[in-house]
Amino acid sequence: MHELSLMMGVIDAVEASARENKASKVTEIKLVIGEMAEVLDDAMNFAFEVLAPGTLAEGASLSISKIAPQSRCLACGVEFVHDRYHFACPTCDSLATELFAGKEMHIDAIVVEN
Amino acid sequence: MEIKLKKPVLDFNEGFARENKKLCKEQGVYVLDLMASPGAGKTSLILATIEELRSRYRIAVIEGDIASDVDAVKIKATGTPAIQINTGGACHLEAAMIARALKELDLEQLDLIIIENVGNLVCPTEFNLGEDAKAMILSVPEGHDKPLKYPGVFQVSQAVVLSKVDTLPYFDFVVNEFKKTVEQLNPHAVIFSLSVKTGKNVSAWTQWLSDQIEEKKLCNS
Repeated sequence: MHELSLMMGVIDAVEASARENKASKVTEIKLVIGEMAEVLDDAMNFAFEVLAPGTLAEGASLSISKIAPQSRCLACGVEFVHDRYHFACPTCDSLATELFAGKEMHIDAIVVEN
Repeated sequence: MEIKLKKPVLDFNEGFARENKKLCKEQGVYVLDLMASPGAGKTSLILATIEELRSRYRIAVIEGDIASDVDAVKIKATGTPAIQINTGGACHLEAAMIARALKELDLEQLDLIIIENVGNLVCPTEFNLGEDAKAMILSVPEGHDKPLKYPGVFQVSQAVVLSKVDTLPYFDFVVNEFKKTVEQLNPHAVIFSLSVKTGKNVSAWTQWLSDQIEEKKLCNS
C-alpha cells in the first residue's frame, strides 16, 4: 500500500499548483502511470478517496491513463512493445534491451475552477 | 481551466533522495539498499557481510521495520552503529526517513551504509533513497517462480542474491530456471547463490560489494 504515500505526494503537488493559479477547486486530476510501475489503480483510487477530503482536490475526478512497456534492442536497434515480463528482442532474441516507456508515474494535468 | 503539470508523482521523494546521495558522495560513503520479503535473510546476510568486511571498512546499518528494534539490537551487538527506523505500518522506507537517519550517523567515520528495507517485494521498488545500488535477496523456500510474480524488484536490483542454498535438497527450487528468469527480466543483474548458514559463496557477495565501494572511492578521488 505505498499508493497512500504516492497519493499524498500527488495531492500536495496538485494543491500547490492550484494555489499558484489562484484556483478554489480542483475538478479533475489526470495521472499517467506506466504498466511497469508498481502501482495499482484500485489502491490509488482508494488512497485518493481517503486523502482528498478537506483539500482543494475534494470531489475531483481521478483519471489514470496507462502506458504500455516499450523497449529498444541494443543489439539490432529494433523497438518493440511488450508485456511486464518479456524483454527479449522479438527480432534477434537478444536480452540486451533497454526499456524506454512503461515506468512513467506523473501528474499530467489538473482541471481547476476559480 | 486545465493546467499542465507534467510533474513526477515521486518528486517529493526524489528531492530527499538527491540530497542523501549528494551528502554521502561528499563524505565518500557507499550506500546499499537491501530489499527482500520478510524472512529471506536480510539481517543474517548483513551480519555475515559485517563479519567479512569489518576489518577493511567502517560500516553502519539503517534498519527499517514496521515495528520493534530486534534487528538493530543484533547489529549493535557486533559493535556496528545501527539506526532503527520504525515505519509504524508503512511497507517501505522513503528518502526523507533516510535523511533523518543520516543525521544521526557520523558520516566522516564511515565507508559503507547498508539500509535494510522493510520486508516487502513490491513497495520499496519505486522509492529511490539516494543509494548507490539496490540489491535484493530471494530465499530458496520462496520458490523459483517469484521473479515472475514480483518483476519490479528484480529489475531495479543491481545484485540479486539467492539465499539459503543449503536447503535446496528439501525444496523443488530449480536454480537454472530462476537464473534464466532473472536474466530475462534484468540482463545487467549480478546473481549470487549463497548460504549464510554454511558460508558458501558469501565471499563472492562481499567481493562484489567491496569492488563497488572501491569504485566509488576511485570516482571520488
